[in-house]
Amino acid sequence: MASRIVTLLVNGTPQEVIVRPGTTLVSVLRDQLELTGTKRGCADGSCGACSVVVDGKAVRSCLIPAETVDEAEVTTVEGITPVGGLGPLQEALVEGFATQCGFCNSGMLMVATALIAENPDPSDADIMRAISGNVCRCTGYHPIIRAIRDAAAKMRGAQQIAAE
Amino acid sequence: MAKHFGRGFAAVNYPTGMNLGGDPSQALVHATPTGVFSVVLSSVDLGQGIKTIAAQCAAEVLGLPVENVLVDTADTDTGPHCMGTFASRGTHRVGNAVIMAAREAREVMLEVAAEEMEVDAADLETDGTGFVKLKGSEEKKISIMDVALAAHFKQGRTISGRGMFMKPRNYPDPETGAMDPDSAQSHACTVVDVSVDDETGEVEVLKLQSVYELGRALNPAMVHQQITGGAWMGISHALYETTEPYYPDRSHGPVSFSDYLMPGPSDTPPVTSVVIERPVANGPFGGKGIGEMTANSPIPAIANAIFDACGARVEELPITPERVLRALDAARETAVEA
Amino acid sequence: MDDHIPSETSGETLDRSYFSDENQHDFKVVGQPSPRLDARGHVTGTTRYFEDNHFRGTLHIKVCRSKRHHAKLTRIDPAPAMNVPGVVRVLTAKDVPANWYTVLRLINVGPNDEPVLAEDSVRYLGEPICAVVAESEAAAIEGASRVQVDYEDLPVVLDVEEALKPDAQIVNPVHGKNYFEYEGHPFRRIRFGDVEKGFAEADHIFEHRYQSRPIEQAPVETTGCIVKPEGDGRLTIYSDTQACFFTLDNTALILDVPTAKLRVVGGTVGGGFGGKVDVMVEPLACIAAMLTNRPVKFVYDRAEEMQVSSPRAAERIYIKDGVMKDGRIVARKMTFYIDSGAYSRHTPYGVTKASAHVPGPYSIPNVWADCHCVYTNRTPSSAMRGFGVTIGDFALESQMDRIAKTLGLDPLIFRLKNAYRDGDTKAHRKKVEGAALIEVIQRAAELVGHDLPEEYRKMSSVKREAK
Repeated sequence: MASRIVTLLVNGTPQEVIVRPGTTLVSVLRDQLELTGTKRGCADGSCGACSVVVDGKAVRSCLIPAETVDEAEVTTVEGITPVGGLGPLQEALVEGFATQCGFCNSGMLMVATALIAENPDPSDADIMRAISGNVCRCTGYHPIIRAIRDAAAKMRGAQQIAAE
Repeated sequence: MAKHFGRGFAAVNYPTGMNLGGDPSQALVHATPTGVFSVVLSSVDLGQGIKTIAAQCAAEVLGLPVENVLVDTADTDTGPHCMGTFASRGTHRVGNAVIMAAREAREVMLEVAAEEMEVDAADLETDGTGFVKLKGSEEKKISIMDVALAAHFKQGRTISGRGMFMKPRNYPDPETGAMDPDSAQSHACTVVDVSVDDETGEVEVLKLQSVYELGRALNPAMVHQQITGGAWMGISHALYETTEPYYPDRSHGPVSFSDYLMPGPSDTPPVTSVVIERPVANGPFGGKGIGEMTANSPIPAIANAIFDACGARVEELPITPERVLRALDAARETAVEA
Repeated sequence: MDDHIPSETSGETLDRSYFSDENQHDFKVVGQPSPRLDARGHVTGTTRYFEDNHFRGTLHIKVCRSKRHHAKLTRIDPAPAMNVPGVVRVLTAKDVPANWYTVLRLINVGPNDEPVLAEDSVRYLGEPICAVVAESEAAAIEGASRVQVDYEDLPVVLDVEEALKPDAQIVNPVHGKNYFEYEGHPFRRIRFGDVEKGFAEADHIFEHRYQSRPIEQAPVETTGCIVKPEGDGRLTIYSDTQACFFTLDNTALILDVPTAKLRVVGGTVGGGFGGKVDVMVEPLACIAAMLTNRPVKFVYDRAEEMQVSSPRAAERIYIKDGVMKDGRIVARKMTFYIDSGAYSRHTPYGVTKASAHVPGPYSIPNVWADCHCVYTNRTPSSAMRGFGVTIGDFALESQMDRIAKTLGLDPLIFRLKNAYRDGDTKAHRKKVEGAALIEVIQRAAELVGHDLPEEYRKMSSVKREAK
């Protein structure tokens, strides 16, 4: 089968990549676009480290053949980092000491980004469900859950102020 | 069918370092022209936080805010030797090496400052905010940036220091096992509450509370990170994990996180931790290691809580529902026989 | 699920009221919850792990592994792998300059008992036989599956006590017996006091068996490296090793090159837990890089990490305790069978660490331990968080609980009665200093509202109360 051109809107920037059939999205992001913030931990969808947001939904980019998401909008950890600062989820992970080795953080952040976009006021149970496919071997999860909850609250507050 | 509730205890100690091969680590510290200090190591941060601890130790000695310290690790071309990250040795060995290097650099820094201020170096101290000042005076002071500039461009001196920690090799006595393998012992006591379902054998850890003693908590927030994460790993070891479920038979080994069982975020109970401090003389500012031990006491505490709940004594890890049910059967048989 | 709301119920406290005469300080930075230096890099995805280094033209390694637990290799034919498009080279044992090694030789613990690539035999399921070097990961995987290996099965030893029987099949010919020898002894010994006398005096004897299974370190980042040949003839090894110089020195010995030829760049690792202290990927990647003059990447996949990388050893532990009516333990005998798998790696060292931990944080006058490091036909075990101690603690503290329950003693009081204190002598004849077991138990009792009688609330690790 021949390679083909896949067009993606990655973090707001249009990208064209040539992919062989079966090339995974994580490979396109890391190896071709050199967006190495997205991590590879298992290649079978069971660790969640490669989670990115595709058209508003968190997905495991190691399970997505790139040709199946032609013309999709993709957001990675690089895309949620504001110039010169941190986004509210990132800030909450830092302040809440919710990061140790750091390898799961990008995936956790992207899953949380999709969750809060869909549900700005998630319960702890919602958060646990959202990150239940993301393995963290260091933190015991609670600091991450707290950070996501704190960030969601902060984002709601900011939205309220903006609305007023 | 019924759910049974129980509480279990465990108390443990854990060694800092394991020096049967000799156990060295080194650090180099130097100032940039503008008074930023670089700590150069070859130590490895796996997430336990040695970069942060090294910066805190250097900042404390040099009298600087921690933001003025950089940590460069690890490149074997530039970083001095470190034995590695294992055996709960990093904070203790590397911390001591960094303190020694920073003290040597501090001495030069104070000499340079003394010459600039035309006072005796012995009369100087640092204020912790980035100034060298005359003891007892609030006015007579010089910024560490100006000290570094003077050293580099006026006095022609290098503000630098070398540090090393080594515990010499110890050989166990082959007959008695007499040996000196560690530098200190940390301590913990864990209390776990569980429920046990006597029909399914399912164990739920409801609450996990621990008290730790680890010398000095150099960074209390990072100590609690280890305790919380380690508690989770202890629960995971106790109830779920193995690469060989039919050991010693090798079959059905898991190959993915889908079949290697670990608790997810909603299987993790609230973790409470209290830290008490008994600083150790040979430790960096009294610190001992804590990285490894936090997974240890939760395991027997869970086993003991299961017994307390329902009388099932499980002697094998992991404590699967099947093993709980078999132990319950055995307990009932013993009761009938009695 | 909803009643597990972390922040409402969890708490983190630093309590300086214990040992308050020893722990006061006026530090400015130390003792503060300084933000982690690495946190910002982690949450922005900019922290550089080894695999985030990209080099054009990088080759990939996949290993053809043993499908048998124990077998003679009658034929290894790499030719079919070479026919896979993209396969550049297949490395066999002949390509490894010093094929037999053991990581602890750096501290003079020998002998070299493990080949980097199998020669005439395999001794565990998954043992590396040859390494396929290819233009893509997919080609390397395909190539590794095409290598033709013929096996002649040998008897398999999988149980630690079976392995020590006189007629057991020998697992590792270098040792010539199924255990690591400690200075002429078949196990690491602890001998302190007279346990038989202690058992004879005791009112009660408790004897139980404990068993664990292998456990995987499971860092989210798997073991791996990228090796880049430099213009000056050196090799830069981007690695997630837990010990940079340890990896460098062992790799140089296997490659038989001067250490100056190698440079390890690392120091930032996506979790280790002991799983990255063996030297598993760097030597083969270096050999491939030297033979091709191209960058080479060798990263374990998750299945290799789970089944082939060294786990925490399975342990079988027997404990026999002699206890007086009042709850004083007067003798403790422990026998450890620690499953090293087919090769040593770090396990002989972990067994010694286990022996130094006997009999736990208690002062017992008569202690005996035999700690066996046993070879079996399984994946070699090695270091993991709590190396040599974690499973021992499971056994010890389960045993303490059984004794307390059987004698009707409060579990904390029973531990306090036997707790070690400053000035006591441990079984490995080191004097106790800085003890704090009593205080963590007292504080835990307070934390959970477990009433202790006054005499136990007043106990101290610093000195024994006058009798």
